Amino acid sequence: MQRHQYDVVIVGAGGAGMRAALESSKRTRTAVLTKLYPTRSHTGAAQGGMCAALANVEEDNWEWHTFDTVKGGDFLVDQDAAEVMCREAVDAVLDLEKMGLPFNRTAEGKIDQRFFGGHTRNHGEAVVRRSCFAADRTGHMILQTLYQQCIKQNVEFFNEFYVLDLLMVNGRSTGVVAYELATGELHIFSAKSVVFASGGFGKVFRTTSNAHTLTGDGMGIVWRKGLPLEDMEFFQFHPTGLAGLGVLLSEAARGEGGILRNKDNERFMERYAPTVKDLAPRDMVARAMANEVREGRGCGPDGAYVMLDLTHLEPAHIDAKLPDITEFARTYLGVEPYTEQIPVFPTAHYAMGGIPTNIKGEALANNDDAIPGLYAAGEVACVSVHGANRLGTNSLLDINVFGRRAGIAAAEYAATAGFEDLPDAPETYVVDLVEGLRNSTGQERIAAIRADLQATMDLNAQVYRTEGSLKQALVDIEGLKQRFANVAVQDKGKRFNTDLLEAVELGFLIDLAEVLVVSALARKESRGGHFREDYDKRDDVNFMRHTMAYREVDAEGNINIRLDYKPVVQTRYKPMERKY
Amino acid sequence: MDVKVKILRYNPEVADEAEWKTYAVTLQPTDRVLDALHKIKWDQDGTLTFRRSCGHGVCGSDAMRINGRNRLACKTLIKDLNPEKEITVEPIKGLPVLKDLVVDMEPFFDAYRSVMPFLVTSGHEPTRERIQSQADRDRFDDTTKCILCAACTTSCPVFWSDGQYFGPQAIVGAHRFIFDSRDEGTEQRLEILNDKEGVWRCRTTFNCTDACPRGIEVTKAIQEVKRALIFRRV
Repeated sequence: MQRHQYDVVIVGAGGAGMRAALESSKRTRTAVLTKLYPTRSHTGAAQGGMCAALANVEEDNWEWHTFDTVKGGDFLVDQDAAEVMCREAVDAVLDLEKMGLPFNRTAEGKIDQRFFGGHTRNHGEAVVRRSCFAADRTGHMILQTLYQQCIKQNVEFFNEFYVLDLLMVNGRSTGVVAYELATGELHIFSAKSVVFASGGFGKVFRTTSNAHTLTGDGMGIVWRKGLPLEDMEFFQFHPTGLAGLGVLLSEAARGEGGILRNKDNERFMERYAPTVKDLAPRDMVARAMANEVREGRGCGPDGAYVMLDLTHLEPAHIDAKLPDITEFARTYLGVEPYTEQIPVFPTAHYAMGGIPTNIKGEALANNDDAIPGLYAAGEVACVSVHGANRLGTNSLLDINVFGRRAGIAAAEYAATAGFEDLPDAPETYVVDLVEGLRNSTGQERIAAIRADLQATMDLNAQVYRTEGSLKQALVDIEGLKQRFANVAVQDKGKRFNTDLLEAVELGFLIDLAEVLVVSALARKESRGGHFREDYDKRDDVNFMRHTMAYREVDAEGNINIRLDYKPVVQTRYKPMERKY
Repeated sequence: MDVKVKILRYNPEVADEAEWKTYAVTLQPTDRVLDALHKIKWDQDGTLTFRRSCGHGVCGSDAMRINGRNRLACKTLIKDLNPEKEITVEPIKGLPVLKDLVVDMEPFFDAYRSVMPFLVTSGHEPTRERIQSQADRDRFDDTTKCILCAACTTSCPVFWSDGQYFGPQAIVGAHRFIFDSRDEGTEQRLEILNDKEGVWRCRTTFNCTDACPRGIEVTKAIQEVKRALIFRRV
């Protein structure tokens, strides 16, 4: 076992982690721990763009962007946080350009901008070109550019280090315990500040745009410390996943003029969102698609999907603006987007919920109090700028704005605080976890449990939910917890034991699936990404509030989930009915 | 369909030598090689070890040698591999193998980091964005697509025989900035690549271009860097 000491430890090296690292490492001694290599992070899979009211191609301002973000989030957005994000968006984009990000350009050589779902001029009047982009690989360019800047700045990375526990002393965060994949060795990192930037947990669902590695480790670690998770019932299903596979096709396809059609070739979004049509927010489009399929207007032999139509666009336009996603259609479905429509269906995409933070990126122990030394940013966090439904492009914005803020805050705290003495044997929890799994004599296969978890989540906790379906999911998860207690790890070795780590990750997924379902069961309304068929209206009287879930262990050692609620911060905008 | 997948296995904790093992798997023709590897790991042999993340060709984790050619496992469909015969899978060549299909990526990333793969500018920063025409932006578009998967570098015969050679990827990484109109680090970068282990080792075998899962014209990029070195202008 090795021991390390850094002022700031950042967990995760996607967009939020590296943006934080660029701030933190120029102020103080910083280590970035990632279970992958930085450039493998899932920020790189983001496609369509990053919105900021640059007004490069038409009139725009950050207040309109704030309104769209609040309305898009079905008014569960904390409006102070949305204001911060949309105001700082302009500088966030310009910063990336100065770092070298190769944005597409206008005729005058400025950063080009295009339409994106839910982004409008003057509070919903018409769609607006706000998304700054680099073809349909904006996330790839952000990830590469941030990594390049990290190289320039000599940021210290620990690659393929799985952080498995957070160390806390007297309510303060004091470091982490990490498992080194190459050797199986444990590492204790003592740190004044810890920043979680470890991404989401899309692998609780079977059909997902998320990477295999998005298993919610950061949220799971914090959860097991008894710290709260906020708004976990709000999960975004992206309308256009490749049917059957879930591989993401950017909303930019519709921003550039793509149209969704049902089996009658009808542009059905005209019925659901007459003004913005195919560019309605994702939750509305995903539900509309699922509804078309349920009502028998789906395409294909089983009527199981709808079609994304790009055939009216010029091939040269497609090649210039949407090269990657059209290649996905060719590679994985053998469909030629120039001449054929592409089969698509909603795919689990983004966790709006996560570790609650304030606008500085400080993680919260309850509704009000920050945990000294603990920060979170990006998908792992819930500020909440996305509320009940994130607008397209606002995730790339979130990681840049709040990654930066968390990096600064973590470094500034480290400048004022000392190191805490760690508890004796701080590695105990991780040793028990890892060795317990490695030495298990059970017979249950990891993959079988995970597949069953994903199946019940897809069936019971996806676009449409009811009390009955959610209760079924809970029963299923209970059974899976029992089976997980007997899980078998076949690889007993130390070296690159990915079998063992998959078991650890599955443990986090099961925990988080349960939090999601319990939170969803209690929210007896429909709002944004959370749609209850048995309560199909938004209920501002009872549910205009954030869910705060806590893990509690009673005297007999039973683990229970306790739900509490937190008020929504409202500044400028009063809730209104969400029409597009 | 029933497919046989032959994988070069190596685990120094168990044996000193690598050995081939063949697995029978039932797959759809449209499944990817990554699906085959997952089926083997998840249903038959949990010790099989490989890297993967995004699963659709953008993260660059799962470059491997499939039927003798470097490809991404998540982007290679079974039906395109003549699956009536055994499909062979082995680690990419030229980097130390650590376990099964996992190689030591550090020498590869070292080469990338050594070419100053970041924008170099001088003077005051502008208030707004730097102005760049779309034509200037298009000049280096191809090399911005690189995902650092190492398929090109580990398909290069020069790299196999001379581990000191920067390799195609590092030159692609330098090209992306050398031909960026905003960049002012060209001279330094060209000097680095003028090294005896730099661009002049390239023998234009085009393996790298064939191997690139992103369709980057790697050899062309290398030639452009050579030309920039000869004429000292881009």
